[in-house]
Amino acid sequence: MTDDALELAQHEVDGLHVFDSDRRTFLKTLGGGILVCLSVPRVLAQESGRGGFFRDLPQDVASWLHVGEDGRVTAFTGKVEFGQNIRTSLAQQVAEELHVDVSAIDLVMGDTDRCPWDAGTFGSRTTPTMGPQLRRMAAIARGLLVDLAARRWNADSARLAAEKGRVRNPDTGASLSYGELSKGQNLVKTSTADVPLTPAADWKVMGKPAAKVNGRDFVTGRHVYTSDLTRPGLLHGLVVRRPSFKATLASVDKAAAERLPGVTVVRDGDFLGIAAADRETAARAAAALETKWNEVPGQPSNATIFEFLRKNATPGEQGTVKGSVEEAMASADVKLEKTYTVEYIAHVPLETRTAVAEWAGDKLTVWTGSQRPFAVKEELAEAFHIPADKVRVLVPDTGSGYGGKHAGDAAVEAARLAKAAGKPVKVSWSREEEFTWAYVRPAGVIDVKSGARRDGTLTAWEFHNINSGPAAIGTPYAVANQRIQFHPVPSPLRQGSYRGLAATANHFARETYMDELAHALALDPLAFRLKNLSDARLKAVFEAAAEKFSWGKEKPTRERGSGVAGGTEKGGYLATCAEVEIDPKTRRVRIRRVVAAFECGAVVNPNGLRNQIEGAIVQSIGGAMFEAVRFENGRILSSRLSQYRVPRFADVPEIEIVILDRKDLPSAGAGETPIVGLAPAVGNAIFATTKVRLRALPLVPQGLPG
Amino acid sequence: MSALTLHVNGASRPAEAAPDESLLSVLRERLNLTGTKYGCGEGQCGACTVLLDGKPVRSCRTKASEAAGRKIVTIEGLVSGDRLHPVQAAFLEVEAFQCGFCTPGMIVSAVGLISAKPAPSSDDIASALGGNVCRCGTYPRIVTAVKQAAAAMKKG
Repeated sequence: MTDDALELAQHEVDGLHVFDSDRRTFLKTLGGGILVCLSVPRVLAQESGRGGFFRDLPQDVASWLHVGEDGRVTAFTGKVEFGQNIRTSLAQQVAEELHVDVSAIDLVMGDTDRCPWDAGTFGSRTTPTMGPQLRRMAAIARGLLVDLAARRWNADSARLAAEKGRVRNPDTGASLSYGELSKGQNLVKTSTADVPLTPAADWKVMGKPAAKVNGRDFVTGRHVYTSDLTRPGLLHGLVVRRPSFKATLASVDKAAAERLPGVTVVRDGDFLGIAAADRETAARAAAALETKWNEVPGQPSNATIFEFLRKNATPGEQGTVKGSVEEAMASADVKLEKTYTVEYIAHVPLETRTAVAEWAGDKLTVWTGSQRPFAVKEELAEAFHIPADKVRVLVPDTGSGYGGKHAGDAAVEAARLAKAAGKPVKVSWSREEEFTWAYVRPAGVIDVKSGARRDGTLTAWEFHNINSGPAAIGTPYAVANQRIQFHPVPSPLRQGSYRGLAATANHFARETYMDELAHALALDPLAFRLKNLSDARLKAVFEAAAEKFSWGKEKPTRERGSGVAGGTEKGGYLATCAEVEIDPKTRRVRIRRVVAAFECGAVVNPNGLRNQIEGAIVQSIGGAMFEAVRFENGRILSSRLSQYRVPRFADVPEIEIVILDRKDLPSAGAGETPIVGLAPAVGNAIFATTKVRLRALPLVPQGLPG
Repeated sequence: MSALTLHVNGASRPAEAAPDESLLSVLRERLNLTGTKYGCGEGQCGACTVLLDGKPVRSCRTKASEAAGRKIVTIEGLVSGDRLHPVQAAFLEVEAFQCGFCTPGMIVSAVGLISAKPAPSSDDIASALGGNVCRCGTYPRIVTAVKQAAAAMKKG
């Protein structure tokens, strides 16, 4: 499998289905004008569009873009906005190639009836794959508009220029707006053309800081999230949860609950739910249910989880094997073998999982904050045994996800209740439900063993990740002899994607280990890394971070010290330096200062990029320092925000960000990779200060041990 | 259900509510003022913050009946006509948000802070907004925005 295919497989990408509007009908619903459709090569179609999978549709379409008779441009994408700011960065990219202002662009996102199929918004894929697709369509549309003008004026299209939403003829001074040109055309153009895109050096809109396109709606409270949606006759849905994981519903007496006015109770297997006029009535009905559950005892807890994972580890796939680790280890001057652990952590998106479902006959419409609208559509079709073309899923810009909203749980629940009640139903999870029934970032055990020559040259590298995942499992350091393997485990807690996937765990283990080995070799941790790096891009971010941080300038004291860590993942290159301060009395650790240098090719929106990097660093403080899901025997013990600490204002250090803008390189996504550097940098800084080596995330949930 | 009247954003709003229903629930479910958000239901995240007689309170932990007859301001009430409140304008200019879900609570809390302390320091902001969670981690920009708003309001 290619890396991309592997990445997609990790997100359980399932079937495809056909967009149901005929293109010309589609254009009609848009009110005429010009519709540009783009066919993409097979490899990309696995991610967006239906091309490739349907043999009878060899020329099929991955994305489309509309130029209206009013000159407004609408791009359609199955990607969704969760705060990562792609509504803005994609609009910039369309604007760049069409030579219009960002304000002339509308983006229809995550509507399965109107947008091309898409695997989902994850894996930092929007910028490297969706961006270029939309740009190509915009460039084709621009060419089309120029051709239309040339025909109208009987001029040579090569002489004409498109700028600011108009095509001009410099020879005659004539000009026509895009709206005037598209009026009455009713033109559908499907192109496979690999049109040239504007090189980064010539960008006028891309590469410049752009403000969030609908920013005003967020500061006024006008933006309508799924949880804010209402429909005529909307009922409040409530799911009666099982008392512990794996419990089954033995019996339920619904009579008293069903006597309450306007209450519908649904029991379907182990699913038990209520629809009522309001939350209060639904809660009263739930309290009136008499349920008997069969619970499953003997489930693991925090105390036994790492032992459980190791015991249940599968051999895994072959992974990476190069040279002979055994031989290299035998002749190494310095050897080290260490184990690292990572606890389960929760996403805690501030908007809980929510869906509004509405049936009209056998047609189901669901609004929900899912990162995978098309997968949720399939999930609904399957759950209700209806054809997928009877299901429409819409994703309003959502109150964050961080990889936590791939599944359609709330959508299925709302649709089940709406079906029974015969009215639209909203299911909005409580924070307790969110902590208990959403999935978590996988816990893991990571074993690292390696050897080096006295001069600091790495000669052997062995790395085993048990359960947390294969993302960024490979070492970026040049080592001739390697064995690297991921060992999946059937996890006792429901686990899934999280911003950066296992890249955080693997970087924590690898970059902590590198620090340990540097100390064993009596080498400066930064110099040791640079010595073993041949990747120029990674070297560049290490050097940039070190320079900004003034690495090595201050000697560590018993109260203050610094650490460094870095790596590459999803096309982004990161180095992080952190300085910590230890309170000698309370042993409390505070992160004082963080410098992150990041490079992701040519930067599309420096404003959004800074926000994402800074946000990733702040979010990573939680998993690095104190976040851990507490669980025991099928129950989550940390099911409230008062029981699960997340980073707050007081936890935030001074943060400096260095962005290396490589106009000569393709743009990569940036929503995830900046999260991976903080934990090892902080752990290494704690060691520099205290000589205490911490090999478990979170590092200091109760302050420094000892 | 019982009838009560809330004074929200300068208007009297009659509503029917359950006896112990929270102010958050009445604002969102009965009066369709959905700018105020549910985040945790136990006063830990600040997404539901409104001003009650000028002071920030957690509307999820405030009974609607306790708020009856008092002056309530929600995020929707900060705009005058088309003009953003200086705190809203600063949040927009600094772009002190990502997914935006915490933003109404952050802005309302900041308005409360600035009215009590017209020139807040970074520590003042961290302490007054300590109960507001931005899971996207936009805290540094929020501090910048609050300071910028305070400075703009001082100038008038």
